[in-house]
Amino acid sequence: MPDLIFRTEGVTKVYDTGEVKIYALAGVDLKLFAGEFTVLLGASGSGKSTLLNILGGLDHVTEGRVWFKELDLTQLNDRGLTWFRRDHVGFVFQFYNLVPSLTARENVQLVTDVSPDPMAPEEALELVGLGHRMDHFPAEMSGGEQQRVAIARAIAKRPEVLLCDEPTGALDSKTGIQVLEALKNINDRFGTTTVVITHNAAIQKMAHRVIHFQDGRISNVYTNDQRLPPSEIVW
Amino acid sequence: MQALDRKLLRDFRRLWAQALAIALVLACGVAIFITSFGMYRALEETRIAYYERNRFADVFSDARRAPLSLAREIETIEGVWAVETRVSGAAILDIPGRSKSAVGRILSIPTSGRFSLNVPLLRSGHVPDPETTDQVLVNEPFAQANGFQIGDVFAANLNGQKRPLTITGTVLSPEFIYTIGPGGLMPDNEGYGIIWMPEDAVAAAFDMAGAFNHVSLKLRADARAETVVSSLDNLLEPYGGLDAYDRSQQQSDAFIDAEIKQLRSTSIILPPVFFGITAFLVNMVIGRIIALERSEIGLLKAIGYSNFDICLHYLLLAGLIAVVGIVIGWGVGSWLSQSLARLYADFFNFPFLIYRVSYDAYIISGIIGVATAAVGAIRSVLNAARLAPAVAMSPPAPPKYKRNTLDHALLALRLSQPTMMIFRNLMRWPVRSALTTLGLSLAVSILVAATFFDDSLDTIVDTAFYQSNRQDAVLTFTDEMHESVLEDVRRLPGVLQAESKQYYPATLRNGHLSKRIAIESSRPNPDLSRVIDSDGRVVNPPANGIMLSDRLASELNVRAGDTIAVDFLSGRRESHKIMVAGTVTQYLGLGAYMDMDGLSALFRQKPRIGIVNVTLDENQTDNFHAALKEAPNLAGTTMMTETRQSFLDTIRQNVIIMTTIYVIVATLITVGVAYNGARIQLSERARELASLRILGFTRGEVSFILMGETMILALLAQPLGWLIGVEIARLMTNGFTSDLYTIPLILKPATFSFASLVVLSAALVATLVVRRRLDRLDLVAVMKTRE
Ligand SMILES: Nc1ncnc2c1ncn2[C@@H]1O[C@H](COP(=O)(O)OP(=O)(O)OP(=O)(O)O)[C@@H](O)[C@H]1O
Ligand SMILES: [Mg+2]
Repeated sequence: MPDLIFRTEGVTKVYDTGEVKIYALAGVDLKLFAGEFTVLLGASGSGKSTLLNILGGLDHVTEGRVWFKELDLTQLNDRGLTWFRRDHVGFVFQFYNLVPSLTARENVQLVTDVSPDPMAPEEALELVGLGHRMDHFPAEMSGGEQQRVAIARAIAKRPEVLLCDEPTGALDSKTGIQVLEALKNINDRFGTTTVVITHNAAIQKMAHRVIHFQDGRISNVYTNDQRLPPSEIVW
Repeated sequence: MQALDRKLLRDFRRLWAQALAIALVLACGVAIFITSFGMYRALEETRIAYYERNRFADVFSDARRAPLSLAREIETIEGVWAVETRVSGAAILDIPGRSKSAVGRILSIPTSGRFSLNVPLLRSGHVPDPETTDQVLVNEPFAQANGFQIGDVFAANLNGQKRPLTITGTVLSPEFIYTIGPGGLMPDNEGYGIIWMPEDAVAAAFDMAGAFNHVSLKLRADARAETVVSSLDNLLEPYGGLDAYDRSQQQSDAFIDAEIKQLRSTSIILPPVFFGITAFLVNMVIGRIIALERSEIGLLKAIGYSNFDICLHYLLLAGLIAVVGIVIGWGVGSWLSQSLARLYADFFNFPFLIYRVSYDAYIISGIIGVATAAVGAIRSVLNAARLAPAVAMSPPAPPKYKRNTLDHALLALRLSQPTMMIFRNLMRWPVRSALTTLGLSLAVSILVAATFFDDSLDTIVDTAFYQSNRQDAVLTFTDEMHESVLEDVRRLPGVLQAESKQYYPATLRNGHLSKRIAIESSRPNPDLSRVIDSDGRVVNPPANGIMLSDRLASELNVRAGDTIAVDFLSGRRESHKIMVAGTVTQYLGLGAYMDMDGLSALFRQKPRIGIVNVTLDENQTDNFHAALKEAPNLAGTTMMTETRQSFLDTIRQNVIIMTTIYVIVATLITVGVAYNGARIQLSERARELASLRILGFTRGEVSFILMGETMILALLAQPLGWLIGVEIARLMTNGFTSDLYTIPLILKPATFSFASLVVLSAALVATLVVRRRLDRLDLVAVMKTRE
């Protein structure tokens, strides 16, 4: 049995907009294991991003508990969460979120500057196949390339978990596959626990485990017996 | 270098135009602070050091003739530390190669050859042998202005006897750091000299053997000047003492003191305006950057940067702006201080100027500059810190445009959509709109307050020189003369008109209020030296009673019809109760006027005169001066034509410099505010404006929206700026009012239109620069970016 990385217990998240209360999460119990590649699927508004943000220490729960290994995230204050993110988590977002005034290398360096045991920015960029574009600014790169810089940035600190919110959402299938290759590569080589949110059901074929979301709850979980490499995924 | 630092530098480079616009405003504040504070310290320290080294006295008094033995008694006054008596006199000088006569003030050198107070500092040559009667020291500026060398000779009419005097040395004295001759308005080093002569020789010339007519006292540290002054008055009373006075009424020190006070208030009042505007601009710009970089901030937090790191990042950006401003300000300030120090060295006759580069002025202004930027940035920076990372990464909610009454009013006006957009945006950011308006109005007000001065001075000059004092020259006599001397003057070559006048030193009292002034007495309806009221009317003092300038009346708290006590300090030294017949508005001096016959009746004697005003035939001025050099009993001449000219020249030069500086300052403020305002709007509304372009609006229509907003605020700023400007002008006129002069508040439409023209043009140019960016806007790129 691999090590437990994340464990949640009755996590709810309620947005109080004044008139109505929106239950973004309505009781989520979940376990994620070391080295696992998990895909989160679900309709828009079902609470996927909310859960990912909570796992990554970007957001707070309304009720329930969340553990990262032995660490109770719900007990941490802002400072504690910052340190948690800095030391353990890598994020990849749909809209890349690169700093436009920094080159690819410098965007990665942004992370390596503050992590305890980073790899060289160049190494991280090589891993996503961008060794030749290191000194380009985001505006000089395509969406797929930018997203790969974002992945390089996320992995450069050698995180234990990699959380990706629709990493291929803004990309066509060909570039999307390059990005997925990069993610799988990292997962295989370093055993980084990876969670990928997607609207693209085809992507689930490359996961160890697939979790379906509906109305703030987990509606269905299943394990892939046979994983497909990204190159064989078509959409 | 850390990646975040690199981002900082790149952001800064991208923002350079905005940063520079802000930095220049800050630089103004820093430069003014350094200059005024530095010069204030320099003058103050120089004065203290000079006075201490050369033992400048604390209390002074003139007397008609007091026995030398009285000095002993003066020494026993409680609090007196040292006493020096001397003989002083006035003389008309005949300087070789100079056709016009000059005026000299003669002072005695103690018989011992050693000064105990007001010690002149020998600059060249040597002190004359006490035995000699024709050797003198002169003040250095007088020597320089006339090109004198040691050993040169000039003639002086000493009490009716013309004598050649040989210069043995030049000196500077703490008593004469700033010297204006009798009747002058500006220093005239060529025409007015201070001459030190051995005491025996002066005493012989002025018939003062065994006596003195001037005394200086140095007090102990704990002594009270007022009590010493009144004890001294009592002692000198029987010997024709003219009320004693302390340093505040010593001409030279009073001038320096006024200058020092003005520098100090400049360093306190003006810079905060610039610092305030800087803080506002930094607030606007950093606030906008943080709004733009929301998602980057969220990302940085997601990566694990702490709130502190993020605060520091944006504070450093503000800090960089401040550093640029401070460095520019230091540079300009140092240069200004040095030029000003040189100017002061010309203006004031200090033997040295302790101009230490006052590091504390630099440090203080640096700290204030950085603090200003930090204060400006802190609110936005804290908001950035407060942003939750998850929220930061989702786009901000679209700004809420609400309908209110004003909006309904605008709707009713059926304005075009672009105009509606302008107004809605103004109301969407009421605080920012208000502060922008305030910033621009400060620029307007600075110009109003600077240029009104020009008109006020014009009024003063016109009243003083072309309405009141129309004489070409003023002759001053050593003694009170019989009025028949007028006839002698009329016979001098070139004299066309001559009118008599007399000044009576007197102390006016009303209860506990008192003021020492000189009462001016003249014949009714004079043609040359007239008293003009503020409405341009010529006023004559009535046959009975005294007429006061309104400032004097208010200082004594009297009105027409009240009675005041007048203690005359010359002649019979009588005290009379005199009715205040009326008041008159005067810009220069604290005038008090009486009719000559009325006054003579009071004294029960024939009219006496000491002053004759004349007009001259221009072609005969040389002959006139030649005659004056021989005239007995003449203590001085003032050429009004020259006084007028030097006064006008000085004023004109100052006005040009002042106006230039303030136009630059106002332009910097305007550009700083307008450029940043328009830039931020462009950045906020780029998508909106680009969408309009895509919908088919022309460049002109779109830039109308962008420029319209800033220009509307600029227009709103005008009346506000006028109001603030008038208020500042009023404060300035009150602040500058002294016994020497009042500045009338003359506000002409041209003042306001000039201020508005400068500010509106600067605002227009600033927004046009931003408009060019709008023209170059890449529509596709703008629409593609996610905000
Ligand atoms: N700040 C917020 N205030 C109010 N409601 C919110 C807020 N953020 C999210 N929600 C609501 O919470 C619910 C879950 O949102 P979440 O972003 O987790 O959905 P999602 O599954 O990621 O959807 P998508 O696939 O569209 O990204 C939605 O109904 C959303 O409207
Ligand atoms: Mg989502």
